[in-house]
Amino acid sequence: MSTPTPIYLDNNATTACDPKVVEAMLPYFTEQFGNASSMHSFGNKVGVALKAARAKVQKLLGAEHDSEIVFTSCGTESDSTAILSALKAQPERKEVITTVVEHPAVLSLCEQLEKEGYTIHRLKVDDKGRLNLDDYAKVLSDKVAVVSVMWANNETGTYFPVVEMAEMANAVGVLFHTDAVQAVGKIDINLAATKIDMLSVSGHKLHAPKGIGVLYVRRGVRFRPLLRGGHQERGRRAGTENAPSIIGLGVAAELAMEAMEHERTYVKALRDKLEAGILAVVPHAFVTGNPENRLPNTANIAFEYIEGEAILMLLNKQGIAASSGSACTSGSLEPSHVMRAMGIPYTAAHGTVRFSLSRYTTEEEIERVIAAVPPIVAQLRKLSPYWGENGPVADPAKAFDPAYA
Amino acid sequence: MWDYTEKVKEHFYNPRNTGPLDGANATGDVGSISCGDALRLMLKVDPVTEIIQDAHFQTFGCGSAIASSSALTEMVKGKTLDEAKQISNQDIADFLDGLPPEKMHCSVMGREALHAAIANYRGEEWSDDHEEGALVCKCFAVDSQMIEDTIRANKLSTVEEVTNYTKAGGGCSTCHEPIEEILTKVMAERGETFVPAGAKKAKPAVAEAAPAKLGTLARIRKIEEVIAAVRPTLLADRGDIELVDIEGKNILVNLTGACSGCQMEAATLAGIQTKMIEALGEFVRVVPAAKAQAHACASHAHGG
Repeated sequence: MSTPTPIYLDNNATTACDPKVVEAMLPYFTEQFGNASSMHSFGNKVGVALKAARAKVQKLLGAEHDSEIVFTSCGTESDSTAILSALKAQPERKEVITTVVEHPAVLSLCEQLEKEGYTIHRLKVDDKGRLNLDDYAKVLSDKVAVVSVMWANNETGTYFPVVEMAEMANAVGVLFHTDAVQAVGKIDINLAATKIDMLSVSGHKLHAPKGIGVLYVRRGVRFRPLLRGGHQERGRRAGTENAPSIIGLGVAAELAMEAMEHERTYVKALRDKLEAGILAVVPHAFVTGNPENRLPNTANIAFEYIEGEAILMLLNKQGIAASSGSACTSGSLEPSHVMRAMGIPYTAAHGTVRFSLSRYTTEEEIERVIAAVPPIVAQLRKLSPYWGENGPVADPAKAFDPAYA
Repeated sequence: MWDYTEKVKEHFYNPRNTGPLDGANATGDVGSISCGDALRLMLKVDPVTEIIQDAHFQTFGCGSAIASSSALTEMVKGKTLDEAKQISNQDIADFLDGLPPEKMHCSVMGREALHAAIANYRGEEWSDDHEEGALVCKCFAVDSQMIEDTIRANKLSTVEEVTNYTKAGGGCSTCHEPIEEILTKVMAERGETFVPAGAKKAKPAVAEAAPAKLGTLARIRKIEEVIAAVRPTLLADRGDIELVDIEGKNILVNLTGACSGCQMEAATLAGIQTKMIEALGEFVRVVPAAKAQAHACASHAHGG
């Protein structure tokens, strides 16, 4: 049997670098190797290209000034810089507000801050992954240094009302940061019209290379750099500019703007077709998160009574790449914190599979996945002690209840 | 992606002996849906000879859980219950040509299901003897619960002691921060404060004179002492080590038995090297004798 053509549906993990991005970057590894800070024509040409790239990112984010764009090495660095800057700039404020479903880039940092004596307010979500803004209003106070809330969830694609939440923070004089790595490039963003103070971007989530990120810092926001040193990025992020990647990100930003309409209509239609196609055939499966209000490219489906890693391995055998919130894929014992936070029962949380599409996804690929999934689920359920002849065993928790758990 | 062996993949893609077993007279259930792993092992035991005539399984779990279950059913068939009871989780992992450290608990679950099934056949009570925590040491597959229990039972107070008792932290050493956190927590329970080794050592180091350079004979004796000290740990894992030669900074050793070619060989050598450097007060390299000519530095990456 020949190996089937691979189908990549894990674009929330990372995306393919667009060939046009690669093409634009290549000269900056060879003839255009200059340091943008140097006082000669080698450096000058790079400086001009960086300026153009900055303008393109500014346009994608709808930022008012190009000096509000700070290039970093990744989304994680942007998140850390934003939160730590807010704490350093306002040492009298010892509280941070975030949510229980943030990316580890924010959650792990907050855990560490908690050990160092800061108070962390983690907003809870309901069964569809939605926040309760009354809970938020209750913890907003002048003791809070920064609010950090993601724009769109990486696992379910569910949006948080960050524009509204930034307004609320602004009204009481609290800084607002959003980790927007999943949203940027997929939906219209116009930062100039919002009260968002800081926003994180990750290049490789929008067809730019790995190793490049952006922190947007609104003009006038008090800022303390994470890395001090040279005067790069106006002293806000020292270290020689990663010129090829910045230039690549500029092109990626431009391409994302061109593709946004396609993303909103065609990619969304493919995603909806994928979900409907699978759910029509596979019983005991459901979409997690809020189907009414989420990224156009993300489908997260829970398959009950089976385990996600096993599903991924069988999908991979057919050339289909997806990801899972199961404990086993991460090496931890708990399934995804996002699924647990939404109260998804263990019977389903271990069997969640995320399919994340991109502008390169085709209808033929989606049809192949729709055909591939049901037999895989059936095969694994046949092996599961929680599954009978034609459905789950009655009361699985009792039917299979060993001496210990 | 996990670095599964071909044999793990083969048993996952084509699991043997699946589904309910007609005429089963012994059943072992372990795990639970909340853990993400559950296994039901069913055996058909000859009441006269106690030979396992057939074995089937049903498993809810990841690729390696399904492969471990499949391997187990193949391994027990034809054995008497007493013979089957001798199967360790390492035997199950070996049958599959090894499992990633994060996945060793799948083989543990297999062994437990087997013991539960045997107890069930004999009308005995079987209870699980350990709880499992998050994986801390990836080199030697030691979880937080194991570390916590060992610290509590033996009143340990340093990372080095934890390494000596559990092996955790003895390889790449990147898990020393979480080990320190567990020490801090458990020591607080008994009213003590954890003092990091660096902070503790700093003071006497200033007071002490620099250690005198060892003479050749004293140096060889020290090296032999370190080898002797690590042997019991290796023997426990059915391996062994012997000193072959000393060439300046290079200490040539032979790893034998289960240690030879084991996935953890590099981590084991690195751990021994750390101990050598400490004991000798100078930088040395511990190198497998066989590879000494080929390449002096036995570095080996463990991918996740």
